[in-house]
Amino acid sequence: MNAIDVHGLVKRFGDKTVVDHVTMAVAEGEIVGFLGPNGSGKTTTIRIMCGLLTADEGEGTVLGFNIRTESLRIKREVGYMTQKFSFYEDLTIGENLEFVARLYRLKPVGEYVARTLEELGLTSRRDQLAGTLSGGWKQRLALAACIMHKPKLLLLDEPTAGVDPKARREFWDEIHRLASGGLTVLVSTHYMDEAERCHRISYISYGKMLATGTVAEVVRNAGLTTFIVQGPHLDQVAAALDGRPGVDQVAPFGATLHVVGSDREKLEAALADVEKEHKGVMVTPGETSLEDVFIQFMSGSKDNMA
Amino acid sequence: MNSVFSFARLGALLIKEFIQMRRDRITFAMMLGVPLMQLVLFGFAINNDPKSLPTALVAISNDQYTRAMVSALQMTGYYRFDYVARSAAEAEALMAKGAVSFVVTIPADFARRVERGDNPQILIEADATDPSAASGAVSTLSNVASQALLRAQGMQATAAESARGQLQVVVHRRYNPEGVSQYNIVPGLLGVILQMTMVMMTAMALTRETERGTMENLLAMPSSPAEIMLGKVLPFLVVGAVQVAVVLVAAKLLFSIPFVGSLTLLLSAVLVFVLALVLLGYTISTMARSQMQAMQLTFFFFLPSLLLSGFMFPYRGMPGWAQVLGEIFPLTHFLRITRAVMLKGADFNAIGTEVGWLLLFVVVFAGTALLRFRRTLD
Repeated sequence: MNAIDVHGLVKRFGDKTVVDHVTMAVAEGEIVGFLGPNGSGKTTTIRIMCGLLTADEGEGTVLGFNIRTESLRIKREVGYMTQKFSFYEDLTIGENLEFVARLYRLKPVGEYVARTLEELGLTSRRDQLAGTLSGGWKQRLALAACIMHKPKLLLLDEPTAGVDPKARREFWDEIHRLASGGLTVLVSTHYMDEAERCHRISYISYGKMLATGTVAEVVRNAGLTTFIVQGPHLDQVAAALDGRPGVDQVAPFGATLHVVGSDREKLEAALADVEKEHKGVMVTPGETSLEDVFIQFMSGSKDNMA
Repeated sequence: MNSVFSFARLGALLIKEFIQMRRDRITFAMMLGVPLMQLVLFGFAINNDPKSLPTALVAISNDQYTRAMVSALQMTGYYRFDYVARSAAEAEALMAKGAVSFVVTIPADFARRVERGDNPQILIEADATDPSAASGAVSTLSNVASQALLRAQGMQATAAESARGQLQVVVHRRYNPEGVSQYNIVPGLLGVILQMTMVMMTAMALTRETERGTMENLLAMPSSPAEIMLGKVLPFLVVGAVQVAVVLVAAKLLFSIPFVGSLTLLLSAVLVFVLALVLLGYTISTMARSQMQAMQLTFFFFLPSLLLSGFMFPYRGMPGWAQVLGEIFPLTHFLRITRAVMLKGADFNAIGTEVGWLLLFVVVFAGTALLRFRRTLD
């Protein structure tokens, strides 16, 4: 049985279709990255899955429970970490955890809280007000609170936004540790490096699911060709290439230029004369990155938020 | 360029401010609603010299002098004889319940004494729990009564001279013989203070969660609407209990307000009242989208309830439509209860209807709040 199995989800706010026939399946124990630009419907999709929103169309189950009729049971088995810190800033870490433990009727409360604090290394900060925590610690608290009741599925909505790289690394180590214990994780993110730490990724843009699979599959299926241009005055090269037939993207990456196109022959034709036109410039075939793929997706889909 | 004052910059601020004002519908509504409401209420509803006050008549005989007296009192416009009580006890009960503001007693020997010129007396008992409400009616009394009597005697043309100046109108200010206005204000303040704090605090309850984003988390965890409502509302009952204790002790110590009724009865009524208030506040908080809006809605409710409940101005002085409107405020009913219990020593029978009203509010507010509560973020 899949932990998440939803199909044809549609959610409209007014005349805007925020989620447009989204279908998604996540197997048990999988870590699935949920990617997409701002306003693409990631948060809305996650909220539908945990019963915070009702879908206008579409059916599905989460942990075997119907998302329309059994949202209360889903809430008991799912840990949902909101995008914005949503615990009580005027309560201490310990008090917040006790509150959550009591809501889930975990007994004995003290033991659960103590163990959770210990596991996440928060014991020494138990009596600190949650509002005074830094971003990284708030994130740890939020994670601690939503795994305390031993959920079978974690829904994490941009958990690492505004968190430093070290804390992000630790966070992902923790996610992998939990997943190895059988927990299923659906995590939305903007970061490409995080996407690469997922077993699979799903890419959503303007409400539509555009790609799903492993990172390698998504990159391969995109069918993009990438060339790397090196040399002096790359800004002039970029300006010259931009808009040529076959060139879909020209993006500077450090001291190089990534030139990406979906039609290999046209792209090669466009690049044929570059080395002659610009002195000292060298064109070599390159690897298409996940980011190249995503930017391609974004420019290809219509913005329904405008 | 670096001028201290620039009209262009001022213009930018003004435009921004007007745009924000237009977007905030509740502020907009307050802007139009509050002045209109005040105008209508102050202009039409409020009357510090209430007329046509319900009166009970206790008259044993039905002679011409008694009739003359009753019609004279009626002619003043202050007295409206709604009840004819068969006994003093019956009239007393009507007053304790608050059904009448005056009891006029014309003794059986009134006619005989008038004819004999033997100091005829009538007794007027006024409910002085609200001293200002009764003052107009009482002050016109002596003159009107003597003149009416003279006229009645003039028709008879007997003993006119001897009766002149001898009619005695005995006025009893019941429950508050000295007409101390604190006796009226302080028990009323109990209700007003409770209303002010209870409604406002609970009106913030849900909106605070929504504003801080904790609502999303609360909804994602297993908690039912009824649990959330009671969890929000019950703590404020405790706050209310502390306030009640403070006000009652202060009433006794600082203002020496007499407390003649049953404390248990009063406290039970207070409990129902506070419950109605916190549920009302909670209902407001299911409607408001921000704490600011919750505040505004609370004030939108406060103003008419202060004006129409009989706290600031005599309830009976208001026209019929305003009295009907006044009935929809819990404060109106609570004021009647506190004044009746504290000053008149009313028992449960006397205030049962008012307590029933408060219970109705509890049910209506709780129901509305639960219906309005959004279990999802839709």
